[in-house]
Amino acid sequence: MDIFDILGPVMVGPSSSHTAGAVRIGLMARTLLGTEPVRANIHLHGSFAETGMGHGTDKALVAGLLGMKPDDLRIPNSFEVAQEQGFAFHFDTRELRDAHPNTAMICVYDKNDKRLEIQASSLGGGRIKVNKIDGIAVDFSGDYNTLVIRNLDYYSSEAAVTTILNQFRINIANMSMWRQKRGGESLMIIETDQHVSPQQVEFIGTLPGVVAITYYDKEDKDDGSTVDAGNP
Amino acid sequence: MALLSMQEILDRSHESGKPFWEIVLEDDMEERQVTRETSMAKMLSVWQAMKDASDSYTGRRRSVSGLVGGEGMKMRQYNMRHDSLSGGYIGDVIAEALSMGESNACMCRIVAAPTAGACGVLPAVLLPLNKYEEVSQHQILEALYVASGIGAVIAYKGSIAGAAGGCQAEIGTASAMAAGALVALRGGSGEQICHAVAMNIANLMGLVCDPIAGLVEVPCVKRNVIGAMNAVSCADMALAGCESQVPVDEVIDAMDEVGRRMPVEFRETALGGLAATPTGRAVKAKMEELRLKNT
Repeated sequence: MDIFDILGPVMVGPSSSHTAGAVRIGLMARTLLGTEPVRANIHLHGSFAETGMGHGTDKALVAGLLGMKPDDLRIPNSFEVAQEQGFAFHFDTRELRDAHPNTAMICVYDKNDKRLEIQASSLGGGRIKVNKIDGIAVDFSGDYNTLVIRNLDYYSSEAAVTTILNQFRINIANMSMWRQKRGGESLMIIETDQHVSPQQVEFIGTLPGVVAITYYDKEDKDDGSTVDAGNP
Repeated sequence: MALLSMQEILDRSHESGKPFWEIVLEDDMEERQVTRETSMAKMLSVWQAMKDASDSYTGRRRSVSGLVGGEGMKMRQYNMRHDSLSGGYIGDVIAEALSMGESNACMCRIVAAPTAGACGVLPAVLLPLNKYEEVSQHQILEALYVASGIGAVIAYKGSIAGAAGGCQAEIGTASAMAAGALVALRGGSGEQICHAVAMNIANLMGLVCDPIAGLVEVPCVKRNVIGAMNAVSCADMALAGCESQVPVDEVIDAMDEVGRRMPVEFRETALGGLAATPTGRAVKAKMEELRLKNT
C-alpha cells in the first residue's frame, strides 16, 4: 500500500470494494480470456449478492468485462454500452464455499466459445484477489504485472520460462504453481516488477511445455511507477 | 521505508531539517521508485480529479435507492442568502462535503480519500479556501502529502476500513488527514500537525458504521460534514497553540483498539444503529424487493 492507495483511487462511486474492485474483477476476467468477450455468466456471492445492486456492483462487473477502468464515467451506463456492443450477460446469486464476502465468479466466452472461469474477491480500497482460474486455486492481486501460464506437468518445464525471463531482464516478484494431477496441466502465476512486452509474451508462449499464456499488465504504467530500466 | 508512526515522520523531519510534507514525498519516491517530479505530477492529478468532481456537481442526480441527492445544492443555495449560522468558509465547507458525498453515492467520479464513502472530507476543507485567501498550487500539493502521510500511518497502525474499525476508521481518518492538511497550509509546525490529528481522532473516536441497507448513502454523505467540521476546528485549535494531552500515536492506537472491540453490528454490516431502525429496515426491504424483481 502506498500513499496513492490513501489518496485514491480516482474512481466512480459509491464503494471502493463494491464498485471499483468489481470493475477490476471484470477487467481481470477480460484480460485473462485474452480475446474479445461476447458473453458472460456472472455469479454473485455474499455481500456482492446482497447489496451489490445498490452499489452498482453489477454495472461495475459488466463495465470491467467491456474493458472500462474504475474511473470510467460510462460505468453507470455499462448495461446500455453492452447492448450497443452486442455483449450478453446473465447474473445470478450463488453460495460459494469458503469465499470472501465480496466475491464474484465469472464465466466469460469469446465468439469462438473460448471459455475462462474466474473467481475473484474485492478486498477493499479497490484491491482484488483472484482465487480460482478454471477451478484451479490461485492467489494473485493484479498489483503486479502478471503472467498466467498453463504448462505441461513434466520435467519442470517452468524452468524454460524463468530462464527466458532472466534473459529478458525481467525480475520475478512472486511466483506460484498449482497442478490438478500429476502429468496433467499445471498453472503457473508469475508476478513481475517490469512490464512484459506483447512480443515477449508471444515468445514465452512458444517455449516447450507451454500450452497457453495470458498476461495482465498492471494499470498506471504511464505514471512511471515501475522500474523499467531492464526491459527497454 | 514505510511511514510507521507520526513520531517517526516528526523525527525524520527534525533530523533532516525538512518539513513534514517532504518526508512523505521522499517516502513515496523511495517506496514506488519514482522521481520527485513523477510523484508530484501524480499528486497534482489527484488534486485535479478532486476539482473536476466538485465542478461537475449539478445536484440533479439521485442514488439507486433514491435516499440521496440534491442536498449539496440546497446548502449552496442557502449559503447564497448570506444569513447562515456558520457563514463564509464554513458554509462552503458544508456544501462541498455534502456535494462530494452525494456525487459518490450517485456513481459520479470521485477520489477515495481514504475511502469512497469519506471522499468529501478532504476536498471540502481545501477547495473553498481559494475564495478566501491566496493559496498556491504548491501549497495544496504540500497539504495533500501531509494528508496522505497521516492516512498512511493510520492505515499501518490501525485500519481505514469501516468493516474493520467502524466509521471512525473512514470519516475519522479522513478528518484527521484534513486537519493536518489545514495546519500545514497555514504554516503550522510538525508538532502542531500532530496535535491537530490527535485532537481530531479523539473527537470522533467510537463513531460506528451503520449504513442503511448497507449502502454508502445514509448516514455516510452527511458524516462527511462532521468530518470536515472537526478538521477545521482541530486545525484552528492546534494553530492557536492548543495541545492534545495524549500523544498522537497513542491516540491512534486507542482508536485501533476501539475499532477492534466494536461489535460487528457496528462495522458496515447494516445490522445496528441507523440501519436497524424501523425506517432503516423498511428501506432494506424495499431494496430487496427491487433486487428480486431485477434478477
